[in-house]
Amino acid sequence: MVWDWIPRNSDLIFSLLGEHLVLSLIPVLVGLVLAVPLGWLANRNTAARAVLIPSAGLLYTIPSLALFIVLPGILGTQILDPTNVIVALTIYTMALLVRSIADALAAVPRMVVAAATAMGFRPGRRFVEVELPLSVPVLIAGLRVATVSNISLVSVGALIGVGGLGELFTDGYQRNFPTEILTGVVLTVLLALAADAALLGIGRLVTPWERPSQKPRAARAGR
Amino acid sequence: MNLVSAILGWLTDPAHWSGSGGIPVRLAEHLYFSGLALLVALVIALPIGVVVGHTGRGGFLIVGLANGLRSLPELGLLTLLVLAMGIGLLPVTIALAVLGIPPLLAGTYAGVRNVDRSVVDAARGVGMRESQVLLKVELPNALPLVLGGLRAASLQVIATAAVAAYVSFGGLGRFLIDGLRTRDYPQMAAGAVLVALLALLVEAVLAIVQRQVVSPGLRAGGGARRSPTAEVARVEPDAGPSSTTTPELAGAPR
Repeated sequence: MVWDWIPRNSDLIFSLLGEHLVLSLIPVLVGLVLAVPLGWLANRNTAARAVLIPSAGLLYTIPSLALFIVLPGILGTQILDPTNVIVALTIYTMALLVRSIADALAAVPRMVVAAATAMGFRPGRRFVEVELPLSVPVLIAGLRVATVSNISLVSVGALIGVGGLGELFTDGYQRNFPTEILTGVVLTVLLALAADAALLGIGRLVTPWERPSQKPRAARAGR
Repeated sequence: MNLVSAILGWLTDPAHWSGSGGIPVRLAEHLYFSGLALLVALVIALPIGVVVGHTGRGGFLIVGLANGLRSLPELGLLTLLVLAMGIGLLPVTIALAVLGIPPLLAGTYAGVRNVDRSVVDAARGVGMRESQVLLKVELPNALPLVLGGLRAASLQVIATAAVAAYVSFGGLGRFLIDGLRTRDYPQMAAGAVLVALLALLVEAVLAIVQRQVVSPGLRAGGGARRSPTAEVARVEPDAGPSSTTTPELAGAPR
Protein backbone atom coordinates (compact mmCIF):
# COMPACT_ATOMS: atom_id res chain seq x y z
CA MET A 1 0.00 0.00 0.00
CA VAL A 2 1.23 3.45 -0.88
CA TRP A 3 -0.76 5.58 1.50
CA ASP A 4 0.62 8.95 0.45
CA TRP A 5 -0.92 8.35 -3.00
CA ILE A 6 -4.23 9.37 -1.41
CA PRO A 7 -3.34 12.93 -0.31
CA ARG A 8 -1.35 13.46 -3.51
CA ASN A 9 -4.42 12.64 -5.59
CA SER A 10 -7.10 14.15 -3.41
CA ASP A 11 -8.31 16.42 -6.24
CA LEU A 12 -8.89 13.45 -8.53
CA ILE A 13 -10.52 11.45 -5.74
CA PHE A 14 -12.88 14.28 -4.81
CA SER A 15 -13.95 14.92 -8.38
CA LEU A 16 -14.62 11.18 -8.87
CA LEU A 17 -16.54 11.13 -5.60
CA GLY A 18 -18.67 14.03 -6.81
CA GLU A 19 -19.25 12.34 -10.15
CA HIS A 20 -20.17 9.13 -8.34
CA LEU A 21 -22.68 10.96 -6.18
CA VAL A 22 -24.30 12.64 -9.19
CA LEU A 23 -24.44 9.41 -11.21
CA SER A 24 -26.10 7.52 -8.37
CA LEU A 25 -28.43 10.18 -6.95
CA ILE A 26 -29.99 11.63 -10.13
CA PRO A 27 -31.46 8.19 -10.91
CA VAL A 28 -32.89 8.02 -7.40
CA LEU A 29 -34.71 11.34 -7.85
CA VAL A 30 -35.91 10.67 -11.40
CA GLY A 31 -36.81 7.08 -10.53
CA LEU A 32 -38.87 8.30 -7.58
CA VAL A 33 -40.72 10.89 -9.65
CA LEU A 34 -41.57 8.25 -12.27
CA ALA A 35 -42.43 5.56 -9.75
CA VAL A 36 -45.03 7.52 -7.76
CA PRO A 37 -47.65 7.75 -10.56
CA LEU A 38 -46.89 4.19 -11.70
CA GLY A 39 -47.20 2.87 -8.15
CA TRP A 40 -50.43 4.81 -7.75
CA LEU A 41 -51.76 3.25 -10.96
CA ALA A 42 -50.66 -0.24 -9.92
CA ASN A 43 -52.45 0.16 -6.61
CA ARG A 44 -55.65 1.48 -8.18
CA ASN A 45 -56.06 -0.75 -11.15
CA THR A 46 -55.72 -4.54 -11.03
CA ALA A 47 -54.96 -4.80 -14.73
CA ALA A 48 -52.24 -2.16 -14.46
CA ARG A 49 -50.83 -3.98 -11.47
CA ALA A 50 -50.76 -7.27 -13.37
CA VAL A 51 -48.64 -5.59 -16.05
CA LEU A 52 -46.51 -3.18 -14.00
CA ILE A 53 -45.34 -5.35 -11.13
CA PRO A 54 -44.08 -8.31 -13.18
CA SER A 55 -42.41 -6.05 -15.74
CA ALA A 56 -40.70 -4.16 -12.93
CA GLY A 57 -39.40 -7.48 -11.66
CA LEU A 58 -38.24 -8.40 -15.14
CA LEU A 59 -36.36 -5.12 -15.61
CA TYR A 60 -34.73 -5.70 -12.28
CA THR A 61 -33.36 -9.04 -13.43
CA ILE A 62 -31.29 -7.53 -16.25
CA PRO A 63 -27.63 -7.40 -15.21
CA SER A 64 -26.32 -3.84 -14.97
CA LEU A 65 -23.39 -4.27 -17.35
CA ALA A 66 -25.74 -5.71 -19.97
CA LEU A 67 -28.12 -2.78 -19.58
CA PHE A 68 -25.29 -0.22 -19.74
CA ILE A 69 -24.24 -1.74 -23.05
CA VAL A 70 -27.63 -2.26 -24.69
CA LEU A 71 -28.97 1.21 -23.82
CA PRO A 72 -26.79 3.17 -26.28
CA GLY A 73 -28.29 1.07 -29.07
CA ILE A 74 -31.80 1.90 -27.90
CA LEU A 75 -31.28 5.54 -26.92
CA GLY A 76 -28.93 6.38 -29.78
CA THR A 77 -26.35 7.70 -27.34
CA GLN A 78 -22.59 7.20 -27.52
CA ILE A 79 -21.34 4.20 -25.54
CA LEU A 80 -19.23 6.46 -23.29
CA ASP A 81 -22.13 8.83 -22.57
CA PRO A 82 -22.97 9.11 -18.83
CA THR A 83 -26.64 9.16 -19.88
CA ASN A 84 -26.49 5.39 -20.33
CA VAL A 85 -25.52 4.81 -16.71
CA ILE A 86 -28.05 7.34 -15.45
CA VAL A 87 -30.89 5.87 -17.49
CA ALA A 88 -29.99 2.29 -16.50
CA LEU A 89 -29.93 3.13 -12.79
CA THR A 90 -33.15 5.13 -13.16
CA ILE A 91 -34.79 2.02 -14.60
CA TYR A 92 -33.64 -0.07 -11.63
CA THR A 93 -34.73 2.54 -9.11
CA MET A 94 -38.12 2.94 -10.76
CA ALA A 95 -38.63 -0.84 -10.96
CA LEU A 96 -37.85 -1.17 -7.28
CA LEU A 97 -39.96 1.77 -6.13
CA VAL A 98 -43.09 1.01 -8.19
CA ARG A 99 -43.51 -2.16 -6.17
CA SER A 100 -42.70 -0.39 -2.89
CA ILE A 101 -45.17 2.41 -3.55
CA ALA A 102 -47.96 0.10 -4.70
CA ASP A 103 -47.53 -2.04 -1.57
CA ALA A 104 -47.28 0.99 0.69
CA LEU A 105 -50.45 2.54 -0.74
CA ALA A 106 -52.27 -0.74 -0.40
CA ALA A 107 -51.29 -0.81 3.27
CA VAL A 108 -52.85 2.59 4.06
CA PRO A 109 -55.77 1.78 6.39
CA ARG A 110 -59.12 2.00 4.59
CA MET A 111 -60.61 3.85 7.54
CA VAL A 112 -58.07 6.63 7.17
CA VAL A 113 -58.86 7.01 3.47
CA ALA A 114 -62.57 6.94 4.24
CA ALA A 115 -62.15 9.55 6.97
CA ALA A 116 -60.22 11.81 4.61
CA THR A 117 -62.94 11.42 1.99
CA ALA A 118 -65.59 12.19 4.59
CA MET A 119 -63.72 15.34 5.58
CA GLY A 120 -64.06 16.52 2.00
CA PHE A 121 -60.67 15.68 0.53
CA ARG A 122 -60.86 15.24 -3.24
CA PRO A 123 -59.00 12.16 -4.54
CA GLY A 124 -56.01 14.18 -5.79
CA ARG A 125 -55.49 16.08 -2.57
CA ARG A 126 -56.24 12.98 -0.50
CA PHE A 127 -53.46 11.14 -2.34
CA VAL A 128 -50.90 13.89 -1.86
CA GLU A 129 -51.80 14.83 1.72
CA VAL A 130 -52.96 11.56 3.26
CA GLU A 131 -52.04 8.43 1.37
CA LEU A 132 -48.58 9.44 0.19
CA PRO A 133 -47.35 10.66 3.59
CA LEU A 134 -48.57 7.45 5.19
CA SER A 135 -46.52 5.45 2.66
CA VAL A 136 -43.32 7.30 3.50
CA PRO A 137 -41.79 4.63 5.79
CA VAL A 138 -42.05 1.94 3.10
CA LEU A 139 -41.01 4.42 0.44
CA ILE A 140 -37.90 5.39 2.43
CA ALA A 141 -37.03 1.72 2.87
CA GLY A 142 -37.23 1.28 -0.89
CA LEU A 143 -35.23 4.44 -1.50
CA ARG A 144 -32.50 3.25 0.85
CA VAL A 145 -32.12 -0.02 -1.03
CA ALA A 146 -32.18 1.75 -4.40
CA THR A 147 -29.63 4.33 -3.29
CA VAL A 148 -27.20 1.85 -1.78
CA SER A 149 -27.35 -0.45 -4.78
CA ASN A 150 -27.03 2.48 -7.21
CA ILE A 151 -23.91 3.65 -5.42
CA SER A 152 -22.44 0.18 -5.70
CA LEU A 153 -23.54 -0.26 -9.33
CA VAL A 154 -22.19 3.05 -10.64
CA SER A 155 -18.69 1.58 -10.40
CA VAL A 156 -19.56 -1.11 -12.96
CA GLY A 157 -19.98 1.81 -15.35
CA ALA A 158 -16.21 2.24 -15.21
CA LEU A 159 -16.02 -0.64 -17.69
CA ILE A 160 -17.75 1.59 -20.23
CA GLY A 161 -15.72 4.59 -19.14
CA VAL A 162 -18.27 6.29 -16.85
CA GLY A 163 -17.94 5.03 -13.32
CA GLY A 164 -17.18 7.72 -10.76
CA LEU A 165 -15.08 6.02 -8.11
CA GLY A 166 -15.19 2.88 -10.24
CA GLU A 167 -12.60 4.51 -12.47
CA LEU A 168 -10.17 4.02 -9.58
CA PHE A 169 -10.79 0.26 -9.97
CA THR A 170 -10.08 0.06 -13.69
CA ASP A 171 -7.15 2.47 -13.45
CA GLY A 172 -5.71 0.75 -10.38
CA TYR A 173 -6.10 -2.64 -12.03
CA GLN A 174 -4.38 -1.58 -15.22
CA ARG A 175 -1.51 -0.04 -13.26
CA ASN A 176 -1.33 -2.96 -10.83
CA PHE A 177 -1.87 -0.51 -7.96
CA PRO A 178 -4.04 -1.90 -5.11
CA THR A 179 -3.98 1.30 -3.04
CA GLU A 180 -6.05 3.05 -5.67
CA ILE A 181 -8.61 0.22 -5.79
CA LEU A 182 -8.85 -0.02 -2.03
CA THR A 183 -9.40 3.74 -1.79
CA GLY A 184 -12.26 3.40 -4.26
CA VAL A 185 -13.82 0.46 -2.42
CA VAL A 186 -13.65 2.16 0.98
CA LEU A 187 -15.04 5.44 -0.35
CA THR A 188 -17.87 3.67 -2.17
CA VAL A 189 -18.90 1.82 0.98
CA LEU A 190 -18.63 5.00 3.08
CA LEU A 191 -20.69 6.91 0.52
CA ALA A 192 -23.34 4.19 0.61
CA LEU A 193 -23.42 4.23 4.40
CA ALA A 194 -23.66 8.04 4.50
CA ALA A 195 -26.46 8.12 1.93
CA ASP A 196 -28.29 5.36 3.80
CA ALA A 197 -28.00 7.22 7.10
CA ALA A 198 -29.13 10.47 5.45
CA LEU A 199 -32.24 8.79 4.03
CA LEU A 200 -32.98 7.21 7.39
CA GLY A 201 -32.72 10.67 8.96
CA ILE A 202 -34.96 12.25 6.33
CA GLY A 203 -37.49 9.46 6.85
CA ARG A 204 -37.58 10.13 10.61
CA LEU A 205 -37.82 13.86 10.02
CA VAL A 206 -40.80 13.74 7.67
CA THR A 207 -42.78 11.20 9.69
CA PRO A 208 -42.96 12.70 13.18
CA TRP A 209 -46.04 10.58 13.89
CA GLU A 210 -43.93 7.43 13.57
CA ARG A 211 -41.80 8.38 16.55
CA PRO A 212 -43.05 6.89 19.78
CA SER A 213 -43.70 9.94 21.95
CA GLN A 214 -42.56 8.95 25.41
CA LYS A 215 -43.73 12.03 27.29
CA PRO A 216 -47.51 11.90 27.03
CA ARG A 217 -47.50 8.22 27.81
CA ALA A 218 -45.36 8.73 30.92
CA ALA A 219 -47.61 11.56 32.04
CA ARG A 220 -50.67 9.40 31.64
CA ALA A 221 -49.01 6.61 33.61
CA GLY A 222 -48.20 9.03 36.39
CA ARG A 223 -51.75 10.20 36.73
CA MET B 1 -34.57 -1.74 -35.89
CA ASN B 2 -30.88 -1.57 -36.64
CA LEU B 3 -29.81 -2.76 -33.19
CA VAL B 4 -32.02 -5.83 -33.25
CA SER B 5 -30.81 -6.94 -36.66
CA ALA B 6 -27.19 -6.38 -35.63
CA ILE B 7 -27.66 -8.53 -32.52
CA LEU B 8 -29.57 -11.20 -34.42
CA GLY B 9 -26.96 -11.17 -37.15
CA TRP B 10 -24.21 -11.71 -34.63
CA LEU B 11 -26.11 -14.39 -32.74
CA THR B 12 -27.04 -16.36 -35.85
CA ASP B 13 -23.53 -16.37 -37.29
CA PRO B 14 -22.45 -20.03 -37.01
CA ALA B 15 -18.84 -18.96 -36.43
CA HIS B 16 -19.89 -17.61 -33.03
CA TRP B 17 -21.30 -20.95 -31.94
CA SER B 18 -18.17 -23.08 -32.22
CA GLY B 19 -14.61 -23.19 -30.97
CA SER B 20 -13.06 -22.33 -27.63
CA GLY B 21 -14.41 -18.78 -27.76
CA GLY B 22 -17.87 -19.77 -28.99
CA ILE B 23 -21.16 -19.13 -27.22
CA PRO B 24 -21.60 -22.69 -25.83
CA VAL B 25 -18.13 -22.71 -24.26
CA ARG B 26 -18.55 -19.21 -22.80
CA LEU B 27 -21.97 -20.15 -21.47
CA ALA B 28 -20.56 -23.30 -19.83
CA GLU B 29 -17.74 -21.27 -18.26
CA HIS B 30 -20.21 -18.69 -17.02
CA LEU B 31 -22.42 -21.33 -15.45
CA TYR B 32 -19.42 -23.20 -14.05
CA PHE B 33 -17.92 -20.38 -12.05
CA SER B 34 -21.27 -18.88 -11.11
CA GLY B 35 -22.36 -22.29 -9.80
CA LEU B 36 -19.11 -22.81 -7.93
CA ALA B 37 -19.38 -19.42 -6.26
CA LEU B 38 -23.03 -20.02 -5.35
CA LEU B 39 -22.09 -23.34 -3.79
CA VAL B 40 -19.40 -21.69 -1.68
CA ALA B 41 -21.84 -18.94 -0.68
CA LEU B 42 -24.47 -21.53 0.25
CA VAL B 43 -22.03 -23.56 2.36
CA ILE B 44 -21.10 -20.42 4.29
CA ALA B 45 -24.42 -18.55 4.50
CA LEU B 46 -26.90 -21.36 5.08
CA PRO B 47 -25.55 -22.74 8.38
CA ILE B 48 -24.92 -19.28 9.81
CA GLY B 49 -28.37 -18.05 8.80
CA VAL B 50 -30.05 -21.15 10.21
CA VAL B 51 -28.20 -21.07 13.53
CA VAL B 52 -28.71 -17.34 14.06
CA GLY B 53 -32.34 -17.56 13.02
CA HIS B 54 -32.93 -20.55 15.29
CA THR B 55 -31.26 -19.13 18.38
CA GLY B 56 -32.21 -15.53 17.67
CA ARG B 57 -28.75 -14.44 18.85
CA GLY B 58 -26.70 -12.08 16.73
CA GLY B 59 -29.52 -11.17 14.40
CA PHE B 60 -28.52 -7.55 14.23
CA LEU B 61 -25.03 -8.65 13.21
CA ILE B 62 -26.44 -10.61 10.28
CA VAL B 63 -28.57 -7.68 9.23
CA GLY B 64 -25.66 -5.28 9.49
CA LEU B 65 -23.30 -7.62 7.69
CA ALA B 66 -25.76 -8.35 4.91
CA ASN B 67 -26.36 -4.66 4.33
CA GLY B 68 -22.70 -3.76 4.59
CA LEU B 69 -21.66 -6.38 2.07
CA ARG B 70 -24.42 -5.20 -0.22
CA SER B 71 -22.74 -1.85 -0.74
CA LEU B 72 -19.42 -3.45 -1.72
CA PRO B 73 -18.66 -2.49 -5.32
CA GLU B 74 -18.24 -5.73 -7.25
CA LEU B 75 -15.69 -4.41 -9.71
CA GLY B 76 -13.49 -3.08 -6.90
CA LEU B 77 -13.63 -6.34 -5.01
CA LEU B 78 -12.82 -8.33 -8.13
CA THR B 79 -9.88 -6.21 -9.26
CA LEU B 80 -8.47 -6.02 -5.73
CA LEU B 81 -8.61 -9.80 -5.26
CA VAL B 82 -7.09 -10.48 -8.66
CA LEU B 83 -4.23 -8.08 -7.98
CA ALA B 84 -3.68 -9.75 -4.62
CA MET B 85 -3.94 -13.37 -5.78
CA GLY B 86 -3.20 -13.34 -9.50
CA ILE B 87 -5.56 -14.16 -12.34
CA GLY B 88 -7.36 -17.40 -11.72
CA LEU B 89 -10.49 -19.16 -10.63
CA LEU B 90 -9.87 -18.59 -6.92
CA PRO B 91 -10.11 -14.77 -6.70
CA VAL B 92 -13.11 -14.76 -9.03
CA THR B 93 -14.87 -17.44 -7.00
CA ILE B 94 -14.19 -15.59 -3.75
CA ALA B 95 -15.44 -12.28 -5.15
CA LEU B 96 -18.61 -13.85 -6.55
CA ALA B 97 -19.23 -15.83 -3.36
CA VAL B 98 -18.85 -12.70 -1.23
CA LEU B 99 -21.57 -11.05 -3.33
CA GLY B 100 -23.83 -14.10 -3.14
CA ILE B 101 -23.64 -14.35 0.63
CA PRO B 102 -25.71 -11.30 1.74
CA PRO B 103 -29.01 -12.25 0.07
CA LEU B 104 -28.63 -15.90 1.09
CA LEU B 105 -27.78 -14.99 4.65
CA ALA B 106 -30.59 -12.46 4.92
CA GLY B 107 -33.10 -14.85 3.35
CA THR B 108 -32.16 -17.80 5.55
CA TYR B 109 -32.07 -15.75 8.70
CA ALA B 110 -35.36 -13.99 8.00
CA GLY B 111 -36.95 -17.26 6.92
CA VAL B 112 -36.06 -19.18 10.05
CA ARG B 113 -36.70 -16.20 12.30
CA ASN B 114 -40.15 -15.56 10.88
CA VAL B 115 -41.48 -19.05 11.37
CA ASP B 116 -44.58 -18.70 13.49
CA ARG B 117 -43.43 -19.06 17.11
CA SER B 118 -46.55 -21.01 18.05
CA VAL B 119 -45.68 -23.58 15.39
CA VAL B 120 -42.20 -23.97 16.87
CA ASP B 121 -43.65 -24.24 20.37
CA ALA B 122 -46.10 -26.86 19.17
CA ALA B 123 -43.23 -28.84 17.64
CA ARG B 124 -41.42 -28.78 20.98
CA GLY B 125 -44.68 -29.59 22.70
CA VAL B 126 -45.17 -32.80 20.73
CA GLY B 127 -41.72 -33.88 21.88
CA MET B 128 -39.45 -32.99 18.98
CA ARG B 129 -35.78 -32.57 19.73
CA GLU B 130 -34.14 -29.25 18.84
CA SER B 131 -32.57 -30.80 15.74
CA GLN B 132 -35.97 -32.11 14.65
CA VAL B 133 -37.59 -28.74 15.27
CA LEU B 134 -34.94 -27.20 13.07
CA LEU B 135 -34.94 -29.73 10.24
CA LYS B 136 -38.59 -30.77 10.16
CA VAL B 137 -40.36 -27.58 11.14
CA GLU B 138 -38.28 -24.44 10.88
CA LEU B 139 -36.41 -25.19 7.66
CA PRO B 140 -39.43 -26.31 5.60
CA ASN B 141 -41.32 -23.26 6.82
CA ALA B 142 -38.38 -21.03 5.99
CA LEU B 143 -37.99 -22.48 2.52
CA PRO B 144 -39.79 -19.71 0.59
CA LEU B 145 -37.48 -17.06 1.99
CA VAL B 146 -34.38 -19.23 1.69
CA LEU B 147 -35.17 -19.83 -1.97
CA GLY B 148 -35.94 -16.15 -2.43
CA GLY B 149 -32.44 -15.49 -1.12
CA LEU B 150 -31.04 -18.09 -3.48
CA ARG B 151 -32.75 -16.43 -6.45
CA ALA B 152 -31.37 -13.06 -5.51
CA ALA B 153 -27.91 -14.50 -4.95
CA SER B 154 -27.97 -16.34 -8.30
CA LEU B 155 -28.89 -13.19 -10.19
CA GLN B 156 -26.23 -11.20 -8.39
CA VAL B 157 -23.57 -13.82 -9.10
CA ILE B 158 -24.54 -14.28 -12.76
CA ALA B 159 -24.53 -10.53 -13.33
CA THR B 160 -21.18 -10.09 -11.63
CA ALA B 161 -19.69 -13.08 -13.43
CA ALA B 162 -20.09 -10.99 -16.59
CA VAL B 163 -17.93 -8.33 -14.98
CA ALA B 164 -15.29 -11.00 -14.28
CA ALA B 165 -14.33 -10.97 -17.96
CA TYR B 166 -12.66 -7.66 -17.27
CA VAL B 167 -10.00 -9.42 -15.21
CA SER B 168 -9.11 -11.66 -18.15
CA PHE B 169 -11.56 -14.34 -17.29
CA GLY B 170 -13.94 -16.36 -19.44
CA GLY B 171 -17.70 -16.52 -19.40
CA LEU B 172 -20.27 -14.61 -21.41
CA GLY B 173 -18.75 -11.35 -20.17
CA ARG B 174 -15.89 -11.99 -22.65
CA PHE B 175 -18.17 -10.89 -25.51
CA LEU B 176 -18.98 -7.64 -23.70
CA ILE B 177 -15.42 -6.79 -22.75
CA ASP B 178 -13.81 -7.92 -26.01
CA GLY B 179 -16.48 -6.12 -28.00
CA LEU B 180 -15.80 -2.99 -25.97
CA ARG B 181 -12.06 -3.19 -26.63
CA THR B 182 -12.44 -3.75 -30.35
CA ARG B 183 -15.37 -1.32 -30.67
CA ASP B 184 -17.48 -4.20 -31.98
CA TYR B 185 -20.91 -3.04 -30.86
CA PRO B 186 -22.92 -5.98 -32.26
CA GLN B 187 -20.72 -8.40 -30.30
CA MET B 188 -21.10 -6.35 -27.08
CA ALA B 189 -24.83 -6.02 -27.45
CA ALA B 190 -25.25 -9.70 -28.30
CA GLY B 191 -23.17 -10.61 -25.25
CA ALA B 192 -25.30 -8.31 -23.11
CA VAL B 193 -28.46 -9.94 -24.44
CA LEU B 194 -27.05 -13.40 -23.71
CA VAL B 195 -26.20 -12.45 -20.12
CA ALA B 196 -29.64 -10.93 -19.63
CA LEU B 197 -31.32 -14.03 -21.11
CA LEU B 198 -29.27 -16.30 -18.86
CA ALA B 199 -30.30 -14.24 -15.81
CA LEU B 200 -33.97 -14.39 -16.80
CA LEU B 201 -33.77 -18.13 -17.51
CA VAL B 202 -32.13 -18.93 -14.17
CA GLU B 203 -34.68 -16.74 -12.40
CA ALA B 204 -37.53 -18.59 -14.16
CA VAL B 205 -36.05 -22.03 -13.37
CA LEU B 206 -35.59 -21.14 -9.70
CA ALA B 207 -39.12 -19.73 -9.54
CA ILE B 208 -40.42 -23.08 -10.83
CA VAL B 209 -38.23 -25.00 -8.36
CA GLN B 210 -39.58 -22.80 -5.59
CA ARG B 211 -43.14 -23.61 -6.62
CA GLN B 212 -42.35 -27.32 -6.67
CA VAL B 213 -40.54 -27.74 -3.37
CA VAL B 214 -42.37 -25.32 -1.11
CA SER B 215 -45.03 -27.05 0.94
CA PRO B 216 -48.53 -26.30 -0.42
CA GLY B 217 -49.59 -25.26 3.08
CA LEU B 218 -47.23 -22.31 2.89
CA ARG B 219 -48.48 -21.09 -0.45
CA ALA B 220 -52.03 -20.25 0.43
CA GLY B 221 -52.91 -17.76 3.12
CA GLY B 222 -49.45 -17.58 4.56
CA GLY B 223 -48.30 -15.80 1.47
CA ALA B 224 -49.73 -12.45 2.35
CA ARG B 225 -48.19 -12.46 5.77
CA ARG B 226 -44.83 -13.68 4.60
CA SER B 227 -44.33 -11.89 1.37
CA PRO B 228 -43.15 -8.66 2.93
CA THR B 229 -40.15 -10.32 4.44
CA ALA B 230 -39.71 -12.50 1.42
CA GLU B 231 -38.78 -9.42 -0.45
CA VAL B 232 -35.98 -8.66 1.92
CA ALA B 233 -33.64 -11.01 0.27
CA ARG B 234 -34.40 -9.79 -3.18
CA VAL B 235 -33.51 -6.21 -3.01
CA GLU B 236 -30.58 -5.80 -5.28
CA PRO B 237 -30.75 -4.85 -8.82
CA ASP B 238 -29.74 -7.83 -10.81
CA ALA B 239 -31.62 -9.56 -8.13
CA GLY B 240 -35.31 -9.76 -8.45
CA PRO B 241 -38.12 -7.43 -7.84
CA SER B 242 -38.98 -5.30 -4.99
CA SER B 243 -38.19 -4.76 -1.43
CA THR B 244 -40.98 -3.53 0.61
CA THR B 245 -39.61 -5.23 3.58
CA THR B 246 -36.24 -4.10 3.67
CA PRO B 247 -37.24 -2.13 6.65
CA GLU B 248 -36.73 -5.11 8.82
CA LEU B 249 -33.39 -6.14 7.45
CA ALA B 250 -32.18 -2.69 6.71
CA GLY B 251 -32.93 -1.67 10.24
CA ALA B 252 -35.33 1.02 9.16
CA PRO B 253 -37.69 2.54 11.69
CA ARG B 254 -40.23 -0.20 11.22
